[in-house]
Amino acid sequence: MEMIRTENLVYEYEKHDDEGNVVGMQRAIDDVGLHIKPGQFIAILGHNGSGKSTLAKHMNAILVPTGGTMWVDGKDTKKEENLWDVRQSAGMVFQNPDNQIIATVVEEDVGFGPENLGVPTEEIWERVEESLKSVGMLEYRHRSPNKLSGGQKQRVAIAGVVAMHPKCIVLDEPTAMLDPNGRKDVLRTVHRLHEQEHVTVILITHYMEEVVDADHVIVMDHGKIVMQGTPREIFSKVETLKEYRLDVPQVTMLAHELKKRGLPIKDGILRREELVEELCRLN
Amino acid sequence: MSIKLEHINYIYSEGTAYEKAAIKDICLEIKEGEFIGIIGHTGSGKSTLIQHLNGILKATSGELYCNGKNIYEEGYPMKELRNYVGLVFQYPEHQLFEVDVMKDVCFGPKNQGISPEECEKRAREALELVGLKEKYYTRSPFDLSGGQKRRAAIAGVLAMHPQVLVLDEPTAGLDPKGRDDILEQISMLHKRTNMTVILVSHSMEDIAKYVDRIIVMNKGEVMYEGKPKEVFRHYKELEKIGLAAPQVTYVMKELKEKGIPVSDDATTVEEAVEEILRGMKGAVK
Repeated sequence: MEMIRTENLVYEYEKHDDEGNVVGMQRAIDDVGLHIKPGQFIAILGHNGSGKSTLAKHMNAILVPTGGTMWVDGKDTKKEENLWDVRQSAGMVFQNPDNQIIATVVEEDVGFGPENLGVPTEEIWERVEESLKSVGMLEYRHRSPNKLSGGQKQRVAIAGVVAMHPKCIVLDEPTAMLDPNGRKDVLRTVHRLHEQEHVTVILITHYMEEVVDADHVIVMDHGKIVMQGTPREIFSKVETLKEYRLDVPQVTMLAHELKKRGLPIKDGILRREELVEELCRLN
Repeated sequence: MSIKLEHINYIYSEGTAYEKAAIKDICLEIKEGEFIGIIGHTGSGKSTLIQHLNGILKATSGELYCNGKNIYEEGYPMKELRNYVGLVFQYPEHQLFEVDVMKDVCFGPKNQGISPEECEKRAREALELVGLKEKYYTRSPFDLSGGQKRRAAIAGVLAMHPQVLVLDEPTAGLDPKGRDDILEQISMLHKRTNMTVILVSHSMEDIAKYVDRIIVMNKGEVMYEGKPKEVFRHYKELEKIGLAAPQVTYVMKELKEKGIPVSDDATTVEEAVEEILRGMKGAVK
């Protein structure tokens, strides 16, 4: 069974004028079909307003489709009786760590999720410990979240989701507000969860460098999926990506420019080592 | 015309158990027309530093001179400083509040005591500079997209005609095109009006591409200061404090190590392209 599947997914909302009258419908998601298998690492790219966050919010039923269907771990998200199952299967991490942390002590914040699921107290503590360990924040368990850096807060937020034992984690621009170090730590954590705990990961980001290790990349524009493929396939289309207001990693850009100027470099260079190796081969 | 900081210290919650020195003994001179980049990890003192530049924070000790006048002297007209230095905070769109974009952009100059006609004129200029189309002027700022809101908020500061523009991570959360657009517009503005620009950013690539001089903050102190090439030469030390050189600089270093005859100090894609083509002439088809 697929972890996440959608068929003809549509999400529309009403547009209002200044007096509050409905002046038309806006389609944020337009006929999207998704097939995400358990254990995949999926990256979603798209400019501001392309519909990627709206799509993410469907994955744990914050929004439900106005047309078509979304299944999370086989459960139709539109059916109210599935709400808890859906939310337990797919955990969500948002952009701003300050909006996601509610408790005054790190370990209590992480325990909040499982507590709401009715997990017995003993087990809550086990889960808190194991999830804080998995994001590398165990030594901060008795600290106040206020005193943590952005990257650390974001890892606590991830631990809070991990403690609910989801099969899938959806991260909506988790690194947008972090400095380079914080970004690295959060990404390392996400990759570790994917590799060692086999959690399905859906990562939404504006940083092209964060996407190179994904299994599959989806590009959205105007609520539709306009490109998909491996990072190599996607990033070899530099000009097309620019049309969608996106970019490529700086190394890919460098390779692309060198090729335009006559160096016969292969397409879709993603990493520093690849470019250095390719240039050494040509020299 | 310049801003000069002499031995500036700022201590949070002085005299309490939470006392913490946020910036220590900062000595800097910012000259008219410079484009300066400030980098440093979260908590390194960048934001504290820039809040001194228009007097939002007052140094615990040290002196700050604006055009030769000591702003901490009794009777210094703070309003003059605030008109001189415009500060765009992080996520400035959170500060939009008026009923339409035009009114929001006019708010700053209106408070400076400028006539309504002149306010509107300035607002139009500023909105044009940030590339916001006229059809948006009468819309509610809350109906704009993220990138458009950001531009409207920046226009609000530009309409006050500052001679020094300070931007704290102006591109955070924007898509790649939105990031490039905003930085290109700021760069154009800098060239056209010779406005001094101070840009705080986490993107080494952006900093390398736009600024003349980099200031590296670490633990409240200035760790390095110089041209991008000079500063990024210290990439190993930068890594230790959570920063790095731009990706292309690493490529150049590795190529040089492998024996390809290139200089390793390129910090932008353009420079790297020229340098690699020069060093690998024989391989070009």
